Amino acid sequence: MVADPRPGPLPRETEYRPWLLSAPALALFAAIVVVPLAMTVALSFHDFSTMGGIKPVFILKNWHDLFTDEYFREMFGRTVRIALWVTAICIVVGAPEAYILSRMSARWRGIFLFVILGPLLISVVARTLGWALLFGGATGVVNQALMKLHVIARPLPFMFTETGMVVALAHVLVPFMVLSVWAALQRLDPQVENAALSLGAPHWTVLRRVVLPQAMPGVLSGAILVFSLAASAFATPAIIGGRRLKVASTLAYDEFLNTLNWPLGAAVAVLLLAGLVVVVLGANRWVEKRYAGVFE
Amino acid sequence: MPFLVLDKLTKRFGEHLAVDALSLTVEQGEFVSLLGPSGCGKTTTLQMIAGFVEATSGSATLEGRDLLAMKPAQRGLGLVFQSYALFPHMTAAQNVAFGLEMRGVARAERAARVAEALALVGLANLADRYPRRMSGGQQQRVALARALVIKPRILLLDEPLSNLDAKLREEMQIELRQIQRTVGTTTILVTHDQAEAMALSDRVVVMNAGRVEQVARPHEAYERPATPFVATFLGKTNRLNVNGTEVSVRPERIRFSGDPSALAGKVVARIFQGNHWLYQVDTEAGRVTVIRQNSGDGVPGEGEDVRLAW
Repeated sequence: MVADPRPGPLPRETEYRPWLLSAPALALFAAIVVVPLAMTVALSFHDFSTMGGIKPVFILKNWHDLFTDEYFREMFGRTVRIALWVTAICIVVGAPEAYILSRMSARWRGIFLFVILGPLLISVVARTLGWALLFGGATGVVNQALMKLHVIARPLPFMFTETGMVVALAHVLVPFMVLSVWAALQRLDPQVENAALSLGAPHWTVLRRVVLPQAMPGVLSGAILVFSLAASAFATPAIIGGRRLKVASTLAYDEFLNTLNWPLGAAVAVLLLAGLVVVVLGANRWVEKRYAGVFE
Repeated sequence: MPFLVLDKLTKRFGEHLAVDALSLTVEQGEFVSLLGPSGCGKTTTLQMIAGFVEATSGSATLEGRDLLAMKPAQRGLGLVFQSYALFPHMTAAQNVAFGLEMRGVARAERAARVAEALALVGLANLADRYPRRMSGGQQQRVALARALVIKPRILLLDEPLSNLDAKLREEMQIELRQIQRTVGTTTILVTHDQAEAMALSDRVVVMNAGRVEQVARPHEAYERPATPFVATFLGKTNRLNVNGTEVSVRPERIRFSGDPSALAGKVVARIFQGNHWLYQVDTEAGRVTVIRQNSGDGVPGEGEDVRLAW
């Protein structure tokens, strides 16, 4: 009799073995991610009063406030607006930067890659404070210089402005866009550009019709990355915006640590997280569908 | 008037002389191969003609016009790259249409010419397929159609078949030859495969270390190699020292002989290769390679004493 070559069902005892082997990792993941997250979600439905503290009941008050109060709408609106602007700036600056980088000779590329990635080695707080030193009111170095040169009469408004937050965040996040686009360009066959040139395409057309479409998946995944990092950033908005110009993350922080309204803070944090998950998954799905036939 | 004239075309990369004063005249409709080992300067020569590499000195004229002064986009040459270099985000038809679009060909005519070009390479039914979903041979055909559809003045082929497996390569050689005959486009092929160059071209340009060793019809270059390099590069050859003079004899020209005055030797290896036998025979003139047709007759075995004549 010839043995059946097809693999039969696993013996009963080995079926749970993969689960057993990954149990430590799963337990750790559950303990440090799932449980705190579930507790935060639960917390967002609790009640809070200044006198009575947190009451473990199930109410929708916090969520109702979030969706109806103009104050919160403004915060979330600002968060989305800033993240969109930062994403746009990172695309405009980072994508060409990545293309130039990909065309450099190996030696220069090494140097400039370090220049681009170097800032990532410095703490976000230090980099943001750097912006504050340059543009912080009348004492900012750049503002002083420009006023001495009579280019401007008054200091450029930077601190406590949305523009300031956008500029500082874009500076912090542009390396992520560069890396993402660069990774996409790495897969590009350099002969493809020559092929387009030989077919009579001017340089600009080659960029637009041949290079850009192939870099698009990199641009889009970079955009998702930058958008979610910008929307959830804390240090930069906290330093530039302070408590005058709050975004979702600084709002959640304030509710937790200053107002001590943990349930409301939890609701803000959960809404921010849920919003980002929806945006990221939606964008990912769209990119995959859009480029399914081309890149697999 | 000659069609394409390369005159003392030279390319220097720093200290390294990649192409050393290459002169060549190509007639209209001719199929010429630049043949040589890697690093011999054949691809650099092609890239200078295409305009992707700037010549250090020398000139190139096409129908009397200075080619080197033109940008690659203006030269009107059709290129097929070793990697095919198809646009991965465009379908086969869009790839082929690109060059026509750049020339401002109207939509209706464009569609007709794209269909015609795809039919020429036998891909009429795959017009809407993306390159990633095609086999190497199919991508190769799309690249060929894309280069031919613009009615190029010269078709430049850079190792176009080297990424295909042996069987497909042979089929594509025949097909490439037929297509070139059909459209009559002047063609320059760069290859390191001597069999491919000999099968396809009207003339071969054998190159070594940046210099032209010989320009001749394939048969002539094979039968009367101008230099020892050409003799060894084009097929196998035996360099024998017979009575103080060095002679070069092709393995297939040597036969086993009963003549007692013929060169004596002993078979050290006999390898069966289907349509022929390959022998290694030790003689006093050195080790000799012999190729004999597998005609079904008896053949000497390993260890046997034989006599060789040619």
